[in-house]
Amino acid sequence: MTNHWRDIKNADVILITGANPAEAQPVGFQWFMRAKLDPTKGPGKGGGAKIIHIDPRFSRTSAVSDLYVRIRPGTDIALYGGLMNYVLQHDLYPAEYVTNYTNASFIVKESYSFQGGLFSGYDVARREYNVKEWAYETGADGFAERDMTLKNPRCVLSLLKQHYSRYTPELVSTITGIPQDAFLNVAEIVGQMGKPDKVMTIVYAVGLTQHTTGTQMIRSGALLQLLLGNMGRPGGGMNAERGHANIQGNTDNAISWDLLPGYISVPMAGDETIDEYVKKHAPKKLDPRSWNYLGTNYKKFTVSLLKAWYGARATAANDFAFAYLPKPSANSSWLSIYDQALRGKMEGLMLSGMSAMSIGPDSNQILQALSNLKWLVVMDPFPTTSSEFWHAPGANAGSIQTEVFMLPATHWIEKDGSFVNSGRWMQWKDQVLQPQDQSMHDHWIIAELHARVKQLYVSHGGAYPGPILDLAMEYRNPVKPTLDEIAQEVNGKDLKTGERLATFAKLTDDGSTSSGDWIYAGSYPPKGNMAKRRNGVQDPKKNDPTGMGFFPEWAWSWPLNRRILYNRASADLDGKPWDPRRPGIVWNGSKWVGDVPDYPPTMSPHDPKAWLPFIMTGEGVGRIWAAALLVDGPFPEHYEPTESPVRNALHPAISTSPVVFFYDKAAGRLNRFGTPDEFPIVATTYRLTEHEHYVTQWVPHLVQLQPEAFVELPPGLAAERGIANGDYVNVRSKRGMMHCRALVSKRFGQVDLGGTKVWQIGIPIHWGYVGLAAELYGSKSDHWLANVLTPFVGDANARTPETKAFLVQVEKA
Amino acid sequence: MADQVGFFTDTSVCIGCKACEVACKEWNGLAGDPPEFRDSFDNTGQLDAENWRHVKFIDLVPDAPTVVGNGQAWLLMSDICKHCEHASCMEVCPTNAIIKTEFDTVFIQPDVCNGCRNCISACPYAAIGFSKDTGVVHKCTFCYDRLQNDLTPACAKACPTQSIQFGKLDDLRTRADARVAALQAQGYSQAQLYGRDDKIYGGLHAFFLLMAKPEVYNLPNEQNAGLPRRNNRGGYLGALFAAAIGVIAGAVALRRGAQDSPNDRGAGEAEKK
Repeated sequence: MTNHWRDIKNADVILITGANPAEAQPVGFQWFMRAKLDPTKGPGKGGGAKIIHIDPRFSRTSAVSDLYVRIRPGTDIALYGGLMNYVLQHDLYPAEYVTNYTNASFIVKESYSFQGGLFSGYDVARREYNVKEWAYETGADGFAERDMTLKNPRCVLSLLKQHYSRYTPELVSTITGIPQDAFLNVAEIVGQMGKPDKVMTIVYAVGLTQHTTGTQMIRSGALLQLLLGNMGRPGGGMNAERGHANIQGNTDNAISWDLLPGYISVPMAGDETIDEYVKKHAPKKLDPRSWNYLGTNYKKFTVSLLKAWYGARATAANDFAFAYLPKPSANSSWLSIYDQALRGKMEGLMLSGMSAMSIGPDSNQILQALSNLKWLVVMDPFPTTSSEFWHAPGANAGSIQTEVFMLPATHWIEKDGSFVNSGRWMQWKDQVLQPQDQSMHDHWIIAELHARVKQLYVSHGGAYPGPILDLAMEYRNPVKPTLDEIAQEVNGKDLKTGERLATFAKLTDDGSTSSGDWIYAGSYPPKGNMAKRRNGVQDPKKNDPTGMGFFPEWAWSWPLNRRILYNRASADLDGKPWDPRRPGIVWNGSKWVGDVPDYPPTMSPHDPKAWLPFIMTGEGVGRIWAAALLVDGPFPEHYEPTESPVRNALHPAISTSPVVFFYDKAAGRLNRFGTPDEFPIVATTYRLTEHEHYVTQWVPHLVQLQPEAFVELPPGLAAERGIANGDYVNVRSKRGMMHCRALVSKRFGQVDLGGTKVWQIGIPIHWGYVGLAAELYGSKSDHWLANVLTPFVGDANARTPETKAFLVQVEKA
Repeated sequence: MADQVGFFTDTSVCIGCKACEVACKEWNGLAGDPPEFRDSFDNTGQLDAENWRHVKFIDLVPDAPTVVGNGQAWLLMSDICKHCEHASCMEVCPTNAIIKTEFDTVFIQPDVCNGCRNCISACPYAAIGFSKDTGVVHKCTFCYDRLQNDLTPACAKACPTQSIQFGKLDDLRTRADARVAALQAQGYSQAQLYGRDDKIYGGLHAFFLLMAKPEVYNLPNEQNAGLPRRNNRGGYLGALFAAAIGVIAGAVALRRGAQDSPNDRGAGEAEKK
C-alpha cells in the first residue's frame, strides 16, 4: 500500500477492484466501515464515504458497499481507461497537481506511436518491444524536455488524452459488461475526486495482479490516482491488500526472482562489475530538479547489502564480492521454475512457506513437474499438497520416482519475529508456543543446510566455492541465528563503530556500512527494535497528534517510519495541504511537519532549487508515462485474457497481449488453452473469509464453516444445465476437471458484451487432497484443487499466473 | 447488582466473517457440529448446544449487473440468544436452572438443569440446544465468566466491523437510536431496531438493528412475541373458547363438505398466518 490500513478512514470514496477485503482482510475492513460511518466523509455534501465494489462476484464486500457493479474478469484496464477518459473529457483533473507533480509535461520522442493494438517498436518474431522507442525527448544536458503549458501534442498529457479517447462509455460497456449507465454513475462519483477537498482511495488485490496484463492493470488504477491528484494524500493512494500476514515483508526482502532486498535489481548476465550494474539498473536523473534519490544512492545500497552478506570478505579490491551474486541469463520466475522441471532440467526443489501444488496454475502440469524431480524438500508445519503430491487425482504413485523429504518446520506462533502488513508496518510478535517435537525454524534449517554444504566444500572441494565459503554467518550460533540478530543485520550498521544505523542516509559505497535491506535501515537503531513499539489507541491524543491516524510510535513503517509514501504530494506548491482537514505533511515556514516527510525535512518549497515531489523517480514526478519501465507499453492498454469468450473490441486482430510468453509452445508441449466454442463460460477464482489459503484445512472450526469445495454459479446457467443447488458438478477446462458441489446464487450472473451474453462463475480455492476436508468423503484423490482449471501463462512483465480469468464448461456430475 | 449489559448487533455493517462464531467456540470450548455442506455460505445452520453465535445469510440479491449493498441485499446477521427481559425459557424451566445474573443476562446453570428441554420448545428464537454429551441444555452464557472478570464477551471482542457492540444497555440503546436515524436519513426506511424497547419480550438485552422486517430474518414481530406461561389461565380459557368455536365450525364444515372439495389447503395456509 502507498498508504496504510487505518488511513482508509480518511477517504471520501473507496473504489475496490480486483479485491474482496471484507472476506480476505476482515480485520482491516474495519477502516472501510469507519469511513462509511463518518458523516464528514463522502462525495458531495458527505454523509459517509461511498464504497464502490467492482467485481465479477457479489461478495460479502459488496453486501456492505454502497454500490456493487458486476464486471467481466480481466477487463479492469478498460474500466480505468474509461474513467480516465471521463475525467479528461470533462476537465475534472487538478491542473496544479497534474502539471507539477506528474510527468504530464514531459515530451515523448517522435518514434512513439500506437496503432491497431500495437505500440511502436514491436518485433513480431521475438514477440518483444524495443522500449527505447517510448523514450522522452532529451536535451544536450540529458534531461527530458517539458512543456509546462501541456499544449505540446507530444507531451504526456496530450498522448494520454489521445490514447484513452478510444475508451468511450459504450466501448467500456462492450468490453467489461458494465451497463453504460452504471459506468457513468461510477464515473460521476469518481470524477468528483479530483477536487482538493475530496480524496479517493483505490483498493486492489490479486484480482488485478493475476492476469497476463496484471502489471498494467494495477498501473491503470495508479494513473487514474495521479490524474486525480490522489497520490501521496491521506485517504488516497493505490493500495494493494496483501493476502498473508507477512507477504509484504517477503516482497520487501527479495521474494521476487528479479529483485534484491529493497527493490534493487538482481544483476543480469553481462553485469560484470558493480559500476556497470549500477549504470544499467539505477534510475537516471531526467530533470535538473529531480533528486533521483534511488538512482543517486543505488551503489551505496548495493555495496551495503554485499557487506551484510559477505562481511569482511567483501572488499573494494574484489568489487565487494559482486561476482558472487548469481546473474541469471533467462527468466527465473515462478512459472519458469516449473517449466524447467517440465523440461526435465531440474534435479531438486526446496519449498518453504508455501505449497507449489496448491498455488501454481494448471495443477496437472505442476504435478508432472514435481514428478520429474529427483528430490523434493518441503519445509512446513503441516503435510501439504506438495509433501504428499502423489495423492493428487490421477497421480500414479508407483511410477513417481521423486524422493520427498518432509522437514517439519515451526509455525509462526512457535517463533518470534516480525510481520510486515500491507501498510508496510513492521510489527514484532512474540513466541507464543514452544516448537513441538523435532520441528525446527525454517531459518535454522537453511542455516544448518548451509553449514553442512560449506563443510562438504571444505572437505571435498567443489566448483566456485567462494559464495558458500565466504558467506558471513556472524551470529552467536551460526546454525541457530535468532530473528533478533537477523533484524539487526537487516537494519545494518556502521562497520567502523559497530553502531546500528538510524537511517539509510548514512549508508556508504566504500564498504564502511552494511545493511541487509536498505529500506529497513532505521527499524532497529541503537535505541532498540522499533517494531516492538506499542503506543497506540490507549492514548490517541498523545500517540496520534495529527489525528490523521499515523500513530508514529506504533511499530515501525518503512521507509523511515513514513506512513504515507510520496507525501510531499499531499501539499501544494507552497507547502499547504490540498485539504486542510486532511494534511499529510505541511510546511510550517521552517520545516515539514505531520507525517515523516518523503522529502528533505527542512527544504523550503519556496527555494527555487527545491526538489520535485517524487524524490525516488528519475523524473522527480509521478509517472503517468512509463518511458522504459515495462515490457508491454508506456500506457496500459486493454488486452483480452489468454482464454477469452470474445475478441478484443478495441483491436480484434491484436486481441491478447502481444508480448506474453507461452511456455508450452516454446517447449514444444501440446496446446493447453481452450476456446469459447468448447468452453463458453468465464471463470474466476477467489478466497473465502472462512479459510486462509490452504493451511486452515487443518483447523476443525474453520473446516466446519466451509467444509467442501464448491463452484458458485448463477441460477440461469444452473437451469440451462439442469443443476440444482447442492448438486455435484464437473467443472472442466482444457487442462483438467474439478468435481465439486454447485452453489447456485444470483451473486454471479451474466455479462452483456455489446450483445454477446456470457455466463460467469467462480471457484473458491481452498480445498484439495490434503487436510481435514479431504477426509470427509471418498479418498484423498477425489479432491482436486481449483488450480487444476487455471492456465499456465503469466503477466508479460512479472509472469504472475493468469488465474483470475479463464474459460470452462460446467455440467451436472 | 452490576450494570445491565447488552449486545447491540448492527446488521447493516456485518460482513458475515463468522469471527464471532469461532471466537465463541474457542473461548467456551465448544467443539462445533460435524462438518456439513449446506445450501449457502451458512454451513452452521442454527443456534444449538455447539453454536452460540450463528451468522444468518439471507440472500435477497437481485439478478442484476449493479446492486446497492448497504446491508440490505445480502442480509447478514449474527444471531444469538436474545437474553430477553421476559425470558420464555425461564418461564417454563421446572428446576429454576435458568436464572438472571447480576448483569441481568439469562444464564442456564448446567448443574441445576435436568435436561427436560421445555426451554427448547419455549424459546421463540430456537437459541437453546440439547447436548447428548452433557445431558443438559446449552446456549450463550453472555460469556458470564468474562463478564465477572470485566472482559468483553468473546464475540464482540472478535468482531472486526463493530457490528457486534457490547456495553451498558442504556449506552447501547442511545448508540442504536443514532445509527438507525442515520440510516433512515440515508433513505433506508426498512432499517429498524429489534428488541430495543419493551415490545418484544419486555426488551431484548441482545438487540438488533435490522435492514428488513423481523419476519425476513425469521424473527417474531411485535404481534407474535407472546410469552408462554406455566400458569397460563388466560391462555387455557382462550384455548377452550377456540375449541368450542372449532367444534361448531367443524360441524358447519362437515355439512358443507358434501358440496365443497375436502382438500381446502388455502384455508389452512391462511390460518397459519
